[in-house]
Amino acid sequence: MNNQVSAEPLNYLNHKTGLWSWLTATDHKRIGLLYLYAISTFFLTAAVLGLLMKIEKSSIGPTIMTAQTYNALFTLHGIIMIFIVVIPGLAAVFGNICLPIMIGAKDVAFPKLNLFSFYVYITGACLGLYSQFANGHSPDAGWTFYVPYSAEVNSNIILALLAAFTLGFASILTGLNFIVTIHRMRAPGMTWFRMPLFPWSLYATAWIQLLATPVVGITLLMVVAERTLHVGFFDPKLGGDPVLYQHLFWIYSHPAVYVMILPAMGVVTEIFPTFSQKPVFGYLPIVFSSLAIALVGYFVWGHHMFTSGMSYESRWFFSFITFLVAIPSAIKVFNWLSTMYGGSVDLQPPLLYAISFIFLFTIGGFTGLTLGAVATDIQVHNTDFVVAHFHYIIFGGMGFGFFAAMHYWYPKIYGRMYHIKWAKIAWGFLFTGFNVLYFPMFIMGIQGMPRRYYDYDPKFQLGQTISSVGAVIMFIGLIAMIVNLVYHVRRGAKAPANPWHGVTLEWQIPSPPPHENFDEIPVITREPYVFDNPYTKEK
Amino acid sequence: MEDHHDNHVTSYAQNFKILFVLLLLTISTILIIKLDLGPYTVAMALFLASVKTTIVLTYFMHLKGEKLILRLMVGGVFLLFAIIVIITFIDYYFRII
Repeated sequence: MNNQVSAEPLNYLNHKTGLWSWLTATDHKRIGLLYLYAISTFFLTAAVLGLLMKIEKSSIGPTIMTAQTYNALFTLHGIIMIFIVVIPGLAAVFGNICLPIMIGAKDVAFPKLNLFSFYVYITGACLGLYSQFANGHSPDAGWTFYVPYSAEVNSNIILALLAAFTLGFASILTGLNFIVTIHRMRAPGMTWFRMPLFPWSLYATAWIQLLATPVVGITLLMVVAERTLHVGFFDPKLGGDPVLYQHLFWIYSHPAVYVMILPAMGVVTEIFPTFSQKPVFGYLPIVFSSLAIALVGYFVWGHHMFTSGMSYESRWFFSFITFLVAIPSAIKVFNWLSTMYGGSVDLQPPLLYAISFIFLFTIGGFTGLTLGAVATDIQVHNTDFVVAHFHYIIFGGMGFGFFAAMHYWYPKIYGRMYHIKWAKIAWGFLFTGFNVLYFPMFIMGIQGMPRRYYDYDPKFQLGQTISSVGAVIMFIGLIAMIVNLVYHVRRGAKAPANPWHGVTLEWQIPSPPPHENFDEIPVITREPYVFDNPYTKEK
Repeated sequence: MEDHHDNHVTSYAQNFKILFVLLLLTISTILIIKLDLGPYTVAMALFLASVKTTIVLTYFMHLKGEKLILRLMVGGVFLLFAIIVIITFIDYYFRII
């Protein structure tokens, strides 16, 4: 294969060709792209489901679907988005593509295990989708599978649980691979505090994946045991405790929020210095705040259960710990803003998405404090306020972080440039549409609009209509962004090795990178964000 | 590398001693049910299980011969799980009293 005459220099995209070479690829960059294509497909599907739900709610009464279809759509939308898109999302795609290059390695520690993780992920995703349609019973216990309902209901609960369990396995394997890679494969001279901040965020994320995911895996198997063998873990009729299930479920599922958001924080931490041409402000505080978020994030799960019959003592304990997470998060926001301050700010698409991330994440964070306080949480529990809050965190945070990463590393991944002006227009639609869609939901939530309701009181008509218009605007932006990126994969202008004048290692090798990244493993002699490289001088 | 490997070799005698201790602790776990400890029965059983886990990790999984950093990492993981279990059971305790 290598004897083929090619006009382009050999790189990871063309050193082997054919479908089989992709399906059996152990190159971390190719596996990252496999994840990218799979996750993007699932994301677009779930986004269309979200748009349909919003169109349904644009007016009172049935609009385009029945109430039963609406229930099935929000369950499917939630399962796809949470388990298949946002939890693996950034770490699986950009962690795979960038981590080894950024630490000066030729690949991850276990390349075959990496490919295996991808197939485990695909198996779990297919099982999840199958559970929605098999035997004509889609699971209706929500993505949280709360017992005793999930232990009794006659739908595809076991299939859905096994899907979540399988997806969890893929997450554990990826986390393990990244931890070993970071410990064992850093380039000579790359001490812990010379490592770029995106790998640091992946390191913190990987520990959560490794330690928290088994808890939910075992919990889901306990539900299976309860359904099939009638062992009384959670069902009060069998002597079990349903609140114990919620504890075990959220012990994983709250840290999972940090699995989603920490890599996004790492991405924007790379983008701000590059587009400000200035060292990152407060390297060490950013490192330790990532670790602090990962650690403290383990102990806040109970704030999901304030209205579930948990003890009074536990409620104030979890409320207090939840407020502590705000401290490392605020440190990060301060550092990002300070990095831009006084810098040579270049408003390119990646930076627009990164600044949007701060704006949306901050709104999501502040409204999170409303939910973290017991008194106010009880008022807005299970209303649209909660839906708006977690979309600001998950979509505004992880989603915009993902788009920022895509626009930042796109020239490196494909060796081509996308259309900058189109990217900025698409961002404008996405950002405007996002806020028009979700902000009214805060207000409606405070006014008492329950979440997951098919129909609503006439007083919510205006808010619902505005929100639906926002969904359409955002979807236009999404399509414009995807068309721009997909079209220019082959037709875009050739990208130089370092189009953004970045200083981390991925910008010091050709675009697209060679198969094994480096001809010779680099020796690191300084901190990661020193802006005196030849590329900056040219500028 | 070979020296490192040699450090992990343990004698049959030692392995049998550890096996004996583990069996003793298993019997203790069963006998604990017969004592009337009320809500503390589970806590006691978990404590004995933790002791057994520590012994298995230390001797059978050769953690004893590993570097301090690795031992601290494994210890940290178990500490984290211990805290999570304690927090969960504190809620359980306050709900039943």
